[in-house]
Amino acid sequence: MEAFLLLLFIFLASAAIAVPVAKKLGLGSVLGYLVAGIIIGPFGISLIHDTEDVMHFTEFGVVMMLFLVGMELKPSLLWKMRLPIIGMGGSQVVISSLLITAIALFFIPWEQAIAVGLILSLSSTAIVLQTLQEKGLMETGAGRSVFSVLLFQDLAVIPMLAGLPLLTTLAIAGDGGHGAAFFDISTLPDYQRVIITLSAILLVLVLGKFATGPIFRTIASIGVREIFVAAALALVIGTSLLMMTVGLSPALGAFLAGVMLSDSEFRHELESDIEPFKGLLLGIFFISIGASLNFTLIGNNIALILGLTAGLMIIKWLVLVAISRVFKIDSKERSLFAIALAQGGEFAFVLFQFSRTHGVLPNDVIEPLISAVAISMFLTPLLFLLHEKLITKETNNTQNEADDVIKKSDQKVILAGFGRLGTDVGRFMLSAGIKPIILDHNAGNVSVLRKFGFEVYYGDATRLDLLESAGAAKADLLIIAIGDKERAIRLVELSRKHYPNLKIVTSASDRESEFEMMDLGVKAIHRETFGTALSLGQEAMQLLDIDPYEAYRLMRIFRKKDLEMTNELYKLRNQEESYIFYYQQQHKQLEQLMQLDNEEKLNEVDKAWNAKDPTL
Amino acid sequence: MKKILINYAHPAKSRSTVNRSLIKTTNSLEGLTVNDLYANYPDFLIDVEREQALCEAHDIIIFQHPFYWYSTPAIMKEWLDLVLEHGWAYGSKGHQLEGKIFLQAISSGADAETYQPSGYNEFTYAELTTPYRATAKLCNMTWLPPFVVSGVHRGLAQDELQKHTDDYLKTLTALRDDQIDLVLAGQQETLNSDLNSVIKAGM
Repeated sequence: MEAFLLLLFIFLASAAIAVPVAKKLGLGSVLGYLVAGIIIGPFGISLIHDTEDVMHFTEFGVVMMLFLVGMELKPSLLWKMRLPIIGMGGSQVVISSLLITAIALFFIPWEQAIAVGLILSLSSTAIVLQTLQEKGLMETGAGRSVFSVLLFQDLAVIPMLAGLPLLTTLAIAGDGGHGAAFFDISTLPDYQRVIITLSAILLVLVLGKFATGPIFRTIASIGVREIFVAAALALVIGTSLLMMTVGLSPALGAFLAGVMLSDSEFRHELESDIEPFKGLLLGIFFISIGASLNFTLIGNNIALILGLTAGLMIIKWLVLVAISRVFKIDSKERSLFAIALAQGGEFAFVLFQFSRTHGVLPNDVIEPLISAVAISMFLTPLLFLLHEKLITKETNNTQNEADDVIKKSDQKVILAGFGRLGTDVGRFMLSAGIKPIILDHNAGNVSVLRKFGFEVYYGDATRLDLLESAGAAKADLLIIAIGDKERAIRLVELSRKHYPNLKIVTSASDRESEFEMMDLGVKAIHRETFGTALSLGQEAMQLLDIDPYEAYRLMRIFRKKDLEMTNELYKLRNQEESYIFYYQQQHKQLEQLMQLDNEEKLNEVDKAWNAKDPTL
Repeated sequence: MKKILINYAHPAKSRSTVNRSLIKTTNSLEGLTVNDLYANYPDFLIDVEREQALCEAHDIIIFQHPFYWYSTPAIMKEWLDLVLEHGWAYGSKGHQLEGKIFLQAISSGADAETYQPSGYNEFTYAELTTPYRATAKLCNMTWLPPFVVSGVHRGLAQDELQKHTDDYLKTLTALRDDQIDLVLAGQQETLNSDLNSVIKAGM
């Protein structure tokens, strides 16, 4: 227990120190983790030694990451991406494998060369996606292309695991079986295995689509937050277990589950619950990669390993450049696409290990290659950095022009609160073609509105993590339509503090909370019932046979004066006497201004239309 | 019997004696519709379809309004801008207003004599209303010189106001019954400068 806690403490503490430093230096969190791993590893200050188990455990972070990525992709979007996935991904894996195999043939037997070629064709989902997300590049054309290739690679791991044992030439060391969780289906006849595998995928799709809604709705209505987190984790872990049992990639299963949940109202809630676990696991995973770098081996074979690393990255880079040309990726995005995927990946560790135990590859082939893969992974964030420095300089000039073409409907709007007020605001925005991300924390309300076709997400908008996963960092505008006074103000505080550039327009329940929001620097505040009061008043006057246009003008004048008055009252809000005096004085003036039966003096309404003889 | 549409535009009706009196007299006339623009569209959001349907259903379209700044109240400009669509009012396929009569009934602050080259306002009513004449022409409408009640600033005596009101009713009745000599009327400075001469004999 103590040993475990100590290990945990070392990992967490080193991350807590290294990542902020790396971020401050503009290096990104992945590099921070990797460096932290090197420092605390056996070749640094030697605080941790055998990291292989940790690495395997924390690899689960990749699964969670793919679950999260899946939730960002609606099935329709995924279907649209089928060509890039199969086309770009397929050609990347096939061509890279062939080239690497061809070169390896000069040094090792063909079975081993094929194995090495296949394994090295894969890139690092963990490092690349983490870095792309951190830099906000996932939504770009290059980001999508990169993701397509990574997704295909994840798929390709499955046939590789199945095919590698066919290349066995060496004596099998130790037990070769990959221990399945509950039972080993490899003992069953082929057709049964296929049926079981397909049913497992179907199960994930069907459960993800139909069962999760009611389950999460029930859990959400209980209102115990950690139970929701527990259910979310259970969902991801369960899916992974199921996939592993039938011999599929757990990352793929989690990805599919994520895709099925991309339409769910609980998407943002799930996202913000899983996100910290994913982050921590991946962080520790990166640390363990850093710690696993065998510097003795590297030192003794420095020329070989550096050569391998350079060769690997150059071959993959060339293949990617060619693919980006064939598939007509925008010329500005080609270089990012090519360097993003030029490294070896964490799957290489798994597959090398697998090849060792299955007697496909000997240790003296595996060791230098693993080092080369690790170094290439280490270099990737640095390459991103270099690319950023070189390329953004060039594109900076064109940035301004691009801004103008942003369509109104592309603007990102978050609507917090979808009750009586929010529903109408949302309908209004939607009918104008602006699609806000709508958050509401009443699970019953959300499911009813979903039936009407509103894209509403369950979640408490006053929670920072939920705001974050709803995209507050990238949003243009936050609309607050929350009736509860305290929660509305908390949301204003939160977004002012963490997203100072996010524009806010908000409703306020009364004058007091309006003042509090003004204290927080919000300009666009609308008292919740004021608009209704004005239209009621206007209609009332009309029913009293006051001319409709006059009633309308009076309403407008009253509204304008009230706005001016609010600003004055705000200044006097802490001095009760002058506040009340001013209030009464203003109302007297307003009465004079708007008096309907004021015969000798024209009221504000029709002063303008009573021109006098210009000769007078 | 022709149908008359009065598009009435006055933003401060409660302060207007002349227009109120004129509009009141139309009550007694059959086949006449008063469309109070400011009352129907206080927020200026004009229902174009409704307005076009109204125009289509009538033969004579009158704009009754005060002569603000030698022109019209704001909503009437908005009306012209929105309702007179290409393909409906004008253009190779816009014939919906063709042959209908266009008339303005205006109340002007200063006396009629000031609307002369030698007068204080320098320009005549006919000159100042040329934009509307051109509008009518573009829509292939038959334009008539405006029906003018002038001298509103000094305040009209009760009998003067009554005379104008009677004249207005007479004009509307004659228009409705097709008793106006359109050619002769088109040559007048204002429609009511010599009302009896433009109304066909037998009335």
